[in-house]
Amino acid sequence: MADMHNKEVDKLSGVETTGHEWDGLKELNNPLPKWWLYIFYATIVWAIGYWIVYPSWPLISGYTAGVIGDSQRANALAAYQADLEARSQIGEKLINAPLEEIRSTQSLLEFALANGEAAFGDNCAGCHGTGAEGFPGYPNLQDDNWIWGGSLDAIHTTLQYGIRSDHDETRFGEMPAFGRDEILDKEQITQVANYVGAQAGLEPAADVDLAAGETVYADNCAACHGDDLKGNRDLGAPNLLANNYTFERSIDGIAAQVINPRYGVMPAWSPRLEPATVKSLAVYVHSLGGGE
Amino acid sequence: MAQTKAKYLTLEEGFFAVFLIVIAFVCLIIAGKTYDQVMAFHTAIGSLFAAGGAFIIFKNYFNDGGLAIPQEIDGKPNYNLGPIKFGAWAAVFWGIAGFTVGLIIALQLAYPVLNFDLPWTSFGRLRPLHTSAVIFAFGGNVLLATSFYVVQRTSRARMPGRIAPWFVILGYNAFIVIAGTGYLLGATQSKEYAEPEWYADLWLTIVWVAYLLVFLGTLWKRKEPHIYVANWFYLAFIVTIAMLHITNNLTVPVSIYGTKSYIVWAGVQDAMVQWWYGHNAVGFFLTAGFLAIMYYFVPKRAERPVYSYRLSIVHFWALIFLYIWAGPHHLHYTALPQWASTLGATFSIILWMPSWGGMINGLMTLSGAWDKLRTDPVLRMMVVSIAFYGMSTFEGPLMSLRSVNSLSHYTDWTIGHVHSGALGWVGYISFGALYCLIPWLWNKKQVYSLKLVNWHFWISTIGIVLYICAMWVSGIMQGLMWRAYDQLGFLEYSFIETVEAMHPFYVIRALGGALFVVGALIMAYNLWMTVRHGEAEEADTVGAGAMAPAE
Repeated sequence: MADMHNKEVDKLSGVETTGHEWDGLKELNNPLPKWWLYIFYATIVWAIGYWIVYPSWPLISGYTAGVIGDSQRANALAAYQADLEARSQIGEKLINAPLEEIRSTQSLLEFALANGEAAFGDNCAGCHGTGAEGFPGYPNLQDDNWIWGGSLDAIHTTLQYGIRSDHDETRFGEMPAFGRDEILDKEQITQVANYVGAQAGLEPAADVDLAAGETVYADNCAACHGDDLKGNRDLGAPNLLANNYTFERSIDGIAAQVINPRYGVMPAWSPRLEPATVKSLAVYVHSLGGGE
Repeated sequence: MAQTKAKYLTLEEGFFAVFLIVIAFVCLIIAGKTYDQVMAFHTAIGSLFAAGGAFIIFKNYFNDGGLAIPQEIDGKPNYNLGPIKFGAWAAVFWGIAGFTVGLIIALQLAYPVLNFDLPWTSFGRLRPLHTSAVIFAFGGNVLLATSFYVVQRTSRARMPGRIAPWFVILGYNAFIVIAGTGYLLGATQSKEYAEPEWYADLWLTIVWVAYLLVFLGTLWKRKEPHIYVANWFYLAFIVTIAMLHITNNLTVPVSIYGTKSYIVWAGVQDAMVQWWYGHNAVGFFLTAGFLAIMYYFVPKRAERPVYSYRLSIVHFWALIFLYIWAGPHHLHYTALPQWASTLGATFSIILWMPSWGGMINGLMTLSGAWDKLRTDPVLRMMVVSIAFYGMSTFEGPLMSLRSVNSLSHYTDWTIGHVHSGALGWVGYISFGALYCLIPWLWNKKQVYSLKLVNWHFWISTIGIVLYICAMWVSGIMQGLMWRAYDQLGFLEYSFIETVEAMHPFYVIRALGGALFVVGALIMAYNLWMTVRHGEAEEADTVGAGAMAPAE
């Protein structure tokens, strides 16, 4: 029976079994492999060494600090401080220098562009795209079609305070909902949408009275978007002749905007990011092709 | 043998009947009173399952008239195979479901449009569905089925209880249904690998205690003087998972009529308990449990003795003593104190050799039988699984070091590491075990087609290699991109640029996953044909490619 220890020698390996057997399974009595055992010991010795050097074991209150006094938290803080110091000199200059000076001074410009690119990738690219090419609802920043202005100062202001943000100084513009609030009727909206579209180079519908649309435009839209349809940057009224729109650039898209306008929101970055970084972002965005 | 009809239900039948009826009513009451739609759905399911269970108990009693089940037939143990058969097929079903959901979320990462803009199909809900389906539904059923099989055969005793083993396997699968549908409907406690809400956790606790009792009861009844090594590993798995599950799920429900609950641990302590749980789910569920499978099925299939009894003892105790310390390495560079993170990393390094003990014992068991790898794709699958085990337990301790972890953490490298263990080790040892187990359970000589096993092996091996290589490359690239600075000290890449760079690797990964799914489908067909058309084993050997019985 199996409860006797029938030690036998396995023919293939020449090693004795333990004499146990379960469901036909036996075990050889091989010793622990030496290399295995010694590596096991070595890892234990290594761990003990590590415990002596680094913080490792909890005590009643506190922990063993390790002989070299290493502290991950202190290291991280020191590295952060060193980083800040390394940047503080040039950062200081950046904060004090006027934007124009940053743009015209090689060393400041290089720093601002590098800083701006990094900050743009982590803060702006989510909406405006990694190349600042924009998405529907999020303006393209590469071209000269600016809603609130494309000068260094204008871009800087937009960045600092945001658009329709919760900042007191925020840029703010609101187009009336001509359709939803029944300021214009359906026919007028169709007329004005076709008129604006036609001016912008879109194909208007054949049976629409464009002259009537022009009148509707002059009475309701020109105050903000201008008689020439080129918009007003002080009010954030977009240029309607531009070849790219924030929202859909089609007659239907224009009509939708007249009926129930959509607005973009951009956060105010000035309290979130350091002043030098916001300035750098302004210089960086300005450099992307559309800067004025 | 004439048997007299028992007049009454047995105590066990009566206990389970009453318990299930109570559960059915409690569920019904909650379903009626709850304001929470998910709770209403789950308690309705619970009520149906419980009532169905009670019905089956009574029906069985009236059908067989309460005849006692013989412990032995013709001097051979009358093993209880029904729950094992169910578990084996549940594993096949959940495996394919879990792998498929994995493929879907891999494709979602490459092509986000596949989220379909629906809450139920979003990555955030499907990802826990995938992980739980493969670990707990597929892996869990493999463990339940094989453990019931192995413990009976190596104890030469029938499992105790008529209802209890069925309660364990059906109750566990009911838990899976509740957990999985909960994820899809948004009921989660947001703890990785422990997402099911409080009521599912409570149910699992009851099932698990029953599992422990059935397992211990079988060992108690054993006819062998010693307990086989596989059973040590199974027992360690069952006991430790109970401890981990309870500690990490100490939640207080907001109301018994609602799904939401809050954990009693707070802040960094909650994080520590979570990863103590999380890492030991790897250690005791995916390592100890599947080592148990290896210790039975590899020597059985190779028809060789286990290489070293001593090694099995030493690496068993070292493994279970050391694994439990390693959790903090999941929380390097977080709010967790440095001492805790150091301790976790050093224990992970010490764990290196204890993990490898299992690999050595598994591989060396083949000495004298290596030629079988040429002819037996099932054995080959299990040997490759042990190789993957060795590889991922080599990689794991390295990744637990703070300096390596600062590059690897939060990147796809972790995903690659996990899948070399999950697809390679857990997947392959399970497939190997199923290819052995299904013919044994249905008294067939062999699987329907070894050729198809071969196809399964090669297709899924290519899949695994594509998967883990893609994730290694993309993970290391991602980590390097995150830490790249320009000469002025600014970050070189934005996050979104790293995402763009990973896209091709995501596509390769999905391709690897698709091959793995195809392999599993081949297996399911092969196993189905084994049951339907396999060649019957001669009548007198009971199951398992029986070797000469002990004298």
